[in-house]
Amino acid sequence: MSIEEAEKRLIEDFAVFEDWMGKYEYIIDLGKDVPMIDEKYKDENHTIKGCQSKVWLHSEMKDGRIFFTADSDAMITKGLVAMVISVLSGHTPEEIMQSKLEFIDKIGLQEHLSPTRANGLVAMINQIRLDAKAHLIAGR
Amino acid sequence: MDTTLKTKASHTEFDVESIRREFPILSVKVHGRPLIYFDNAASSQKPLAVIKAISTYYETVNSNVHRGVHHLSSLATDQFEAARKTIATHLNANVDEVIYTRGTTEAINLVAFSYGEAFVKEGDEIIISQMEHHSNIVPWQLLCERKKAVLKYISITESGELNMDEYKKLLSAKTKLVAVNHVSNSLGTINPVEEIISLAHAKNIPVLLDGAQAMPHMKVDVKKLDVDFYCFSGHKVYGPTGIGILYGKEKWLKQMPPYQGGGEMIKEVHLDKSTYQEPPLRFEAGTPNIEGSIVLATAIDYMNKLGFDAIAKQENKLLAYTTEKLSAIPGIKFVGQAKDKSAIVAFNIDGLHPYDIGVMLDQQGIAVRTGHHCTQPIMDLYCIPGTVRASFSFYNTIEEIDVFIIALKKAIEILKK
Repeated sequence: MSIEEAEKRLIEDFAVFEDWMGKYEYIIDLGKDVPMIDEKYKDENHTIKGCQSKVWLHSEMKDGRIFFTADSDAMITKGLVAMVISVLSGHTPEEIMQSKLEFIDKIGLQEHLSPTRANGLVAMINQIRLDAKAHLIAGR
Repeated sequence: MDTTLKTKASHTEFDVESIRREFPILSVKVHGRPLIYFDNAASSQKPLAVIKAISTYYETVNSNVHRGVHHLSSLATDQFEAARKTIATHLNANVDEVIYTRGTTEAINLVAFSYGEAFVKEGDEIIISQMEHHSNIVPWQLLCERKKAVLKYISITESGELNMDEYKKLLSAKTKLVAVNHVSNSLGTINPVEEIISLAHAKNIPVLLDGAQAMPHMKVDVKKLDVDFYCFSGHKVYGPTGIGILYGKEKWLKQMPPYQGGGEMIKEVHLDKSTYQEPPLRFEAGTPNIEGSIVLATAIDYMNKLGFDAIAKQENKLLAYTTEKLSAIPGIKFVGQAKDKSAIVAFNIDGLHPYDIGVMLDQQGIAVRTGHHCTQPIMDLYCIPGTVRASFSFYNTIEEIDVFIIALKKAIEILKK
C-alpha cells in the first residue's frame, strides 16, 4: 500500500465517528498497537521532547525500506504517533521525505500539530524526515 | 457595566452573572460547548472596560509620550503618567518607584541586570527557591554566570511550602538578594512573604517578590510589606499583554545603572559620554507600551471597584468547592497542598498523563493548563511529567466546576478503558 493509500484508509476509518469521544477512543486504541520501541533504545538519543509529552522513536533500514518503532508517555500522543508510523513505515526514504501527511488535517487532528500542544508530534515528524534523509545518504 | 459596579457597592453579595456579561469572551463556544475558562493563572480574560479603553486610546489619544509639544502628545503623556500614579497608589508606592516593563519577566531581568551590575560580585550569593517560575530562575542563573556569583535554592516541603528553617540558614553575609514568588503559579502556595522579608532585612539583605500570581487575587501594599522590589504582569490582572510593573525602592533604583540604552532614558547624549535620567525613566528606554500602560490602570481601577475582599471571597469559595469535589475522585493526587493557598488547584490522576486529561477536557470546552507550568524543578522534585492545573478567577462559577468534574470523570473513563 502506498503512503497515499494508507492515509486514505485512515481518513475513511475516522469518517464513521460522529463525536469526539469515538474519535479519541479510536486514537487511544491505535496507540496500543504501536510497533513498540525496544527498551534499549529509550535513551536520550531516541527521545523527542515536547514540552508536555515525550516521544521515543527508532528507525531501521531493511531492503531499502525504513521501519519505525516508537512509544510515548501520553496515550493520545502515542495514538497519533502510531498513526504516523502506520502510514510511513515500510516505505523508501524518498517516499517518506516526499509524503505530505495530509491525513492529520483531514481527520480534524490538525490542532495536535499546533506548537502550543507541545506534544512532540511535530518534532517527531521532522525527526522521521531527518532519519529518512540520513538513511538515504548512508545507503548511497 | 456601571450598573453592576453600583449594585456591587450597595450589596455585599457578588453578582457573578452580571460580572460575566462584562467579559465577552466568556460567552464563546469551544468545540460546540460553552467555554469554561480555568486557565486564569496563565492569563486572565478582559472586561469591556479594558477592551474599550484600548480602542479609546487609539481613537482619541494615540501619540508618542514625553516628546512632542503638540496637543496629542501632551494628552498621551498626561494619561501615561496618570496611569503610573494610579498604579503607584494601588501599590502604596511613590510614583517614581513604579517602572513600566513588558511584564514580570522583564522586570526580574531588569533587576538581575541592573542591581547585579551595581551590587553583585564574585563569590556573592543570591537566594531563590525551588518553586520559582523559570522567569525567576534563569535571570539569576545568567547573573551568577556573569558575575561568578552563587545561586542558592530554598527547598520545598512535600505539601509545597518553602522550607523556612533552611531559608534562615541560607541567609549569610554573602547574600546579596532574596528573590521568591509571592504566590506559586504551579502549586498555588501563598508564601510567608512578611517573614521572608523581615528575616532578610535583619541582615540588611533586600528582597524581590515575583507578584505575578498574587496581584490578581489580593491587595498588595509594598510599604507595609517593606519589600524592596515587586513585579507583576498586566495580562494576569485583567489588563493587556506586553505591559508589567517593577516597583523598586528609590534607594536601590537610584544606585542602579540603566538596563537598556535608547531614547527616553537619557539626560544628555554626547559622542564620548551620555548621562541618564533619574528613575523611573532611566529604566524605560525607547517608546514604551503607552496604550498598555494606560489600560493597565483601567484594569486596576476595575479590580478595585469590584473590591479585593469580594474577589477573595468568591475565589476562595471556588477553591474550596473544587478541592472538595476533586477529593472524591479515585486516584486523584493533589500537587501543592499548602495551608495558605491561592485559587489554583493542581493535580494528577493515578496512571494518567496530564496531557491526555487536558486534551479530553478541551474537547469538552474546558480550558485548563497541563504540563510543567514553566516550573520544571518542581516537577522533577515530585517525579512527575507535569500536572493538570485549574486556576480560577472571580468570574468563574460553582456551576462551571460541576461541569468540569463531570467532564473530568468522563475523561478518566475514556482514558482508563
